[in-house]
Amino acid sequence: MTKISVNKKVFETDSDPSTPMLWVLRDEFGLTGTKFGCGIAQCGSCTIHVDGEARRSCVTPISAVVGKEVTTIEGLSPDSSHPLQKAWIAEDAPQCGYCQSGQIMAAAAMLKKTPKPTDADIDQAMNGIICRCGTYNRVRAAIKLAAMNGGK
Amino acid sequence: MKTKQELDRRSFLKASIVAGGALVLGLNIPGVSRAEERFGVTSEPAADFSPNAFIKIAKDGKVTVVVGQSEMGQGVMTSLPMIVADELEVDWANVSFAHGPADKAFFNPAMGMQGTGGSSSVKGFFAPLRKAAAQVREMLISAAAASWNVPADTCIAENGRVIHTATKRSAAYGELLEAAAKITPADKPKLKDPKDFKYIGKAVKRLDSPSKVNGSATFGIDVKVPGMLYAIILRSPVIGGTVKSIDDTAAKAVKGVTHVVSLGYGVGVIADSFVAARKGRSALKVTWEEGPMAAVSSETIMKSFVDAEASKKGLEAKKIGDVAAGRSKAAKVLDAVYYAPFLAHATMEPMNFTADVRSDSAEVWGGVQAQMLVQGTVAKTAGVPVEKVKVNTTMLGGGFGRRFEMDYVIDATLLSKAAGKPVKVVWTREDDMQNDVYRPAVYNKLSAGIDAAGKPVFWHHRLATDAIMARAGKAFGFNLKDDQLDSSSFEGAHELEYKIPNFQCDWIRVDTGIPVGFWRSVGSSHTAFSVECFMDELAALAGKDPLEYRLSLLEENSRHAGVLRLAAEKAGWGKKLPPGSGRGIAVAESFGSYVAQVAEVSVGSDGKVKVDRVVCAADCGQIVNPDTVAAQMEGSVVYGLSAALYGEITIKNGRVVQTNFNNYKPLRMNEMPKVEVHLVTSSAPHGGVGEPGTPPIAPAVVNAIFAATGKRVRSLPIRTDELKKS
Repeated sequence: MTKISVNKKVFETDSDPSTPMLWVLRDEFGLTGTKFGCGIAQCGSCTIHVDGEARRSCVTPISAVVGKEVTTIEGLSPDSSHPLQKAWIAEDAPQCGYCQSGQIMAAAAMLKKTPKPTDADIDQAMNGIICRCGTYNRVRAAIKLAAMNGGK
Repeated sequence: MKTKQELDRRSFLKASIVAGGALVLGLNIPGVSRAEERFGVTSEPAADFSPNAFIKIAKDGKVTVVVGQSEMGQGVMTSLPMIVADELEVDWANVSFAHGPADKAFFNPAMGMQGTGGSSSVKGFFAPLRKAAAQVREMLISAAAASWNVPADTCIAENGRVIHTATKRSAAYGELLEAAAKITPADKPKLKDPKDFKYIGKAVKRLDSPSKVNGSATFGIDVKVPGMLYAIILRSPVIGGTVKSIDDTAAKAVKGVTHVVSLGYGVGVIADSFVAARKGRSALKVTWEEGPMAAVSSETIMKSFVDAEASKKGLEAKKIGDVAAGRSKAAKVLDAVYYAPFLAHATMEPMNFTADVRSDSAEVWGGVQAQMLVQGTVAKTAGVPVEKVKVNTTMLGGGFGRRFEMDYVIDATLLSKAAGKPVKVVWTREDDMQNDVYRPAVYNKLSAGIDAAGKPVFWHHRLATDAIMARAGKAFGFNLKDDQLDSSSFEGAHELEYKIPNFQCDWIRVDTGIPVGFWRSVGSSHTAFSVECFMDELAALAGKDPLEYRLSLLEENSRHAGVLRLAAEKAGWGKKLPPGSGRGIAVAESFGSYVAQVAEVSVGSDGKVKVDRVVCAADCGQIVNPDTVAAQMEGSVVYGLSAALYGEITIKNGRVVQTNFNNYKPLRMNEMPKVEVHLVTSSAPHGGVGEPGTPPIAPAVVNAIFAATGKRVRSLPIRTDELKKS
């Protein structure tokens, strides 16, 4: 039995240590906000934080997060009050919404390190997250809005 | 509690019995509450008054708009509730949405079925929803007026209350529900004057955004039903191949694997988790009957197009005058071949579906674009009566036409039936990429000529391509005959707005064997490319400015000309750009909307194309939510740009070569141009919104590349090596 801390709560799993976090989160812990998009770290829909760093949960085995703190979209804020979540709503960034957990988690990790990101910083942090609906410009605008509001 | 529900149901039934027309529904509408939705269990939302299929009002005044259309990002869960909120006179803060079931009450009048496609939701539901909401508003007003003993026409509805204007006496809707349920809805309720619209035409915030920023929005892949198993299917690597033999010893030995089921077209591995199913599939050994497609590759397909175009007359899609006579009169003639490749949909959420097939009924969950086709398909596949199939629609992680298909629905239904338990089938990205129904590849032969003044004297367009409807039509009970036109193959090419005296468009039907389907903007996704690029070539042949040349061939007050002028003006058409940069323009009508785009591109000496800016002008007729329209235009540009720059599905020995986003590349954040959307204010009938922004982007970019480099791109995707400076 492996113990994993997710969103400041301890979960247990008896899955093989090589199992990707994505499927443990989704199918065992019921945290389905983290999405499956490609399975090969190409699209970023599955982005989570491991000790505050953005990680692709589809290629992160559970063995790699033991003893660390995992944060998923459900744990970003208790009530959707993170400045990025508010900015996302203000810009009406989501369309289908499927990639947006990954977009927000990637942006949140960036803002922690770079509270006032330039366009180049945003490109660098966000170009790993694919959106087929094409919300990129609104995502960029929302990140800037959140940064302006002192988002971390 | 129970008594109250029963009472409410009786009230509802009474209202529904007298409602008349399309609004009658003989049963209550099951909705889905968020908490229960997360566990895949449906329940009925709080509703004390359900006067028709679309509207539920609770005693606290909260209004739920039941939407039978599917939300795939296009904003239908906001635009349709806006129409209701406006006509019902309720505050937006009190409005929420619920997914409707598969039911004829949700027939989309613009489609003739319950379906979300063809950019038709607002077009189809604007009038029915206004009528339904106005009826309810009048029922509430009548109820209040009767209780105050005053004439109904002395009362108004405002912000969820009925007000007697003379005395300022008022009652909240929630207090009037029981009395309103006893009132017969008017056949022709009075509709609001459009000048009084509070929401329609305004940038109202999306109702689904809050659930999409905290992970709570439920997509098909998130559904969890008690006792559910997970499944993955191993499919034939060759298109159309079938199972010859299976060795499932190793697969069955994988911990968690419960069943291995041959489906003919593939082998399902069922397990207690997705991970176990995936592991089981890796251990599965299957030999395949590859079938005739094993001999087919991109090169043989191209040859079949070239041969068919050369040897077959094809079907005439349109003929004006005589192109041969026109040709003989031309001062200059231009011939060109344009090619558009097969494309995958690549929705962010791979195909998946959950089915619970029982002996005499079935319940299914997932993201679908055609609920009643799903209902019928499940019934047929499971062998249960159609009325015993309950369809629960979730959010769609992208549709773009892909979720009109029934393949993933059939997967889950067959496997649940075999396992005797609820089964969720999940396709991996590779499954999704390699088992899509692709946007058809199209080989275009174009010829045109101009007179001494530069005016076109003839235009002859011959398209060799698959017929989408030959396969897809069968789902709607439509059988395309050999001599029958399938406009989804050539729409956008056969009815040009440009004045050309001798015109012909021929369609040469080719059966490549590659499954093809509806891809965002369907035929126009490629005809705008061939037509608008070739038009650009004619302008150059005539020595004219591409914008001026187009305008000279259009009626001055046409909507095509309107959006062209608007896009050009906003883009600063004619202003100088730095060397290596260029501006291109294109216009296309699709689904009743007119969109022109100006692209600004820069081309590096290495041939790399960077799209810097896109100015989009759209005339979509009367608009419900301008912000949604802008978002759809932005998104359409990205979708079309991804295809123009990178999109291509190729075939080798009957196998799809591309596998995942590493070799089927979508546009990413760092490549994103600035996109500016300008909307035409119009009271013309509603045009579509979800698709019409896609067609013009490829030709606008290709024409801009010509302006920047003098090189014509006639085959997509745009190839960097061909634009490299030698």
